[in-house]
Amino acid sequence: MIELTNTNSAQIAAELQRARVRAGSPAMGMVMTLVIVVEEDDADGAMRAARAASHEHPARVLGVILGSARGAAEVNAQVGTGSGWTGETALIRLKGEVVKHPESVVLPLLLPDSPVAVWWPNHPPADPAADPLGKLAQRRITDAAAAARGKTTAIHTQCEVYTAGNTDLAWTRITPWRALLAAALDQQPLKVSHATVAAERISPSADLLAAWLSDRLKVDVDRKSSSGPGITEVVLDTKEGPIRISRPDGRLATFSSPDRPDRPVALKRRDLPELLAEELRRLDEDDVYAETARRLLKMGTKKK
Amino acid sequence: MTDNPLRDPRDRRLPRIAGPSGMVLFGVTGDLSRKKIMPAIYDLANRGLLPPGFSLTGFARRDWADQDFAQIVHDSVKEHARTEFREEVWQQLAEGFRFVPGAFDDDHAFDQLRRTIEELDELRGTGGNHAFYLAIPPGFFGDVVGQLKEHGLATPGEGSWRRVVIEKPFGHDLASARELQAVLGEVFPSDSIFRIDHYLGKETVQNILAMRFANEMFEPIWNSNYVDHVQITMAEDIGIGGRAGYYDGIGAARDVIQNHLLQLLSLVAMEEPTSFDARALRIEKQKVLSSVTLPRRLDLTTARGQYVAGWQGGEEVVGFLEEEGIKRSSTTETFAAVTLNVETRRWAGVPFYLRTGKRLGRRVTEVAIVFKRAPHLPFADSATEELGQNALVIRIQPDEGVTLRFGSKVPGTAMEIRDVNMDFVYGGAFTESSPEAYERLILDVLLGDPPLFPRHEEVELSWKILDPILDYWAAQDEKGKSKPDPYESGGWGPASADAMLARDGRVWRRP
Repeated sequence: MIELTNTNSAQIAAELQRARVRAGSPAMGMVMTLVIVVEEDDADGAMRAARAASHEHPARVLGVILGSARGAAEVNAQVGTGSGWTGETALIRLKGEVVKHPESVVLPLLLPDSPVAVWWPNHPPADPAADPLGKLAQRRITDAAAAARGKTTAIHTQCEVYTAGNTDLAWTRITPWRALLAAALDQQPLKVSHATVAAERISPSADLLAAWLSDRLKVDVDRKSSSGPGITEVVLDTKEGPIRISRPDGRLATFSSPDRPDRPVALKRRDLPELLAEELRRLDEDDVYAETARRLLKMGTKKK
Repeated sequence: MTDNPLRDPRDRRLPRIAGPSGMVLFGVTGDLSRKKIMPAIYDLANRGLLPPGFSLTGFARRDWADQDFAQIVHDSVKEHARTEFREEVWQQLAEGFRFVPGAFDDDHAFDQLRRTIEELDELRGTGGNHAFYLAIPPGFFGDVVGQLKEHGLATPGEGSWRRVVIEKPFGHDLASARELQAVLGEVFPSDSIFRIDHYLGKETVQNILAMRFANEMFEPIWNSNYVDHVQITMAEDIGIGGRAGYYDGIGAARDVIQNHLLQLLSLVAMEEPTSFDARALRIEKQKVLSSVTLPRRLDLTTARGQYVAGWQGGEEVVGFLEEEGIKRSSTTETFAAVTLNVETRRWAGVPFYLRTGKRLGRRVTEVAIVFKRAPHLPFADSATEELGQNALVIRIQPDEGVTLRFGSKVPGTAMEIRDVNMDFVYGGAFTESSPEAYERLILDVLLGDPPLFPRHEEVELSWKILDPILDYWAAQDEKGKSKPDPYESGGWGPASADAMLARDGRVWRRP
């Protein structure tokens, strides 16, 4: 890691180039730029997750820490290429007036042509697409479940401001559940009359799963509270009996369906790097998420 | 499954999960089962792509119970699986292991196999869908499929399927390939027979089609106007190891050229298919294979060899004729090189050179498209002395990727042009560990998705290409005219292979 104090984008870019030559391979195999907007305390963890995720998607990872906006502008950076992976990182600390213009620092550091993703590990802006850094990106990743409080509000806020390119890790987390539920109906194409999602009392993922089921199946979906961890059970009621997936321990689920024996299914809660890697796999618009987000908002207003 | 409301073609996060099904594995103790098939099944489960209730039944002549079989799978998974071992994934799989002891001619054992499968349908919900994986020598295929038929295992019930999976060799010449097809075809319909050519499951091989047909910049020069010739190489650094019994009498051409290299040739040379479904791809591949012709003089355009003792990669190794189980008089070739012409407008006059061998310099498989020289060079001869021919190299394994080779000015005041490489490394731009070919292929078998499996028509066309060469070599042996040329282990094959290209004014690439 090379420390650059009181620096600017051109020097950071030059240092990235030098670091590549030092590592012995000046060629770039990177496929995207990942910008992480994070606070000092969470920077380490987020950069680690991004590095792990970029094993699958070699990326230039730019961590941006927005400090206090008071005082004279100052840009400091730590630059490095890790060993054992093809990406490169710069952790950039902004202080003073430049905090209001972070895009001026990031724009010159974006890789040519390739896509840009921005990720807010904890405090997303109220409207990611309108954010100065968010505007640079094709993919804007928020995480409602990481909000310190008001997680339920957080996912509603994100759904309200949804535009093409926005996504939330709460949605990413339920992919294995959705895959299994879809497979269940592949196996037995039964007509579902009602559904239930049981999860921790506060769980943006469970809310999204309920919204998705309601949107796709056009039925009422109950959202029940359990003691977790995460989502613990989904039941689809049919005339022939319930299709039930219950996962009390966050690891191994039991899959039961009408006239069929119960079967165990591995359904582990995934870590951050895996979620991030899935999110970066496709960078086009996620229509199904868009529809689910719309449905969640409708369901929310119905309750009130 | 279009009527499943939870499925949506736009929802590409959702993976394709195989429907309810089970697999019956014949030959559970072999290398193929332990090193490839079992780990691939675990890896599929770990990635959440196997259906709940998936069951694996082993069949072998061992006095085992279900747990013993489970232990074998457990050991193989621990040692060879690509993804990390997770207890909950193992639990999902473990309840579905069954073992049926018996020989291939044992009626009682096949009766029990049927009962086992029916029981699995009952207990695990496999829905009557079963794939029979014959990881056994092809000599037993006839016995096994005959038994499957006799005991009603080959006929699916209403709304379910039965499939059979076989590995190469698919015969040893056209006649035997047809015999094999007759044996299998009597029991299973063509679209239920899945022939595994694991090369076709490799990402880089599938990428050949993506590269050719999703881009604009390669296809215009992909023809005889610009291409001088094509070299397809599959080199192994190992010898025949313990496979003397299999290899003697088979040889490099039957073992590798007939399947892997001719499949690569057809992907490189074919015209654009109308779509990427199995039928459209097959039509184009068959077209190319049927337009392949051999040069008139096989003595000048083919080469064969046998490795002799020497040093390979710093280790002293014995020659082929000294390998255990090989007759001293064996004329089986361990190196084969052939020249093929593709008689189409696109490829008229462009030779395809195919070579494969054991105990060569290093393990590598690649396709090199070598371009013609620029027609006119506005540089002094001295400036371009070190400029070779432009080449596009598709590296299949290891170090998967694409290399573009072209001339570039050497920095300095004088004009000097030298070849440089531009590299695309798969592992650098995409996932670090791409799925094993077997994972993809086994999943495709369970999904019933056939594009990556060669059909018997392709197999027969490949034999039609190779048979005249094999006959020519056999005739040479009989007349005592020539034998495989000895070549030193650890090099790049016999001098006759170099001479074969030199006659055309060309040289082999050092891969």
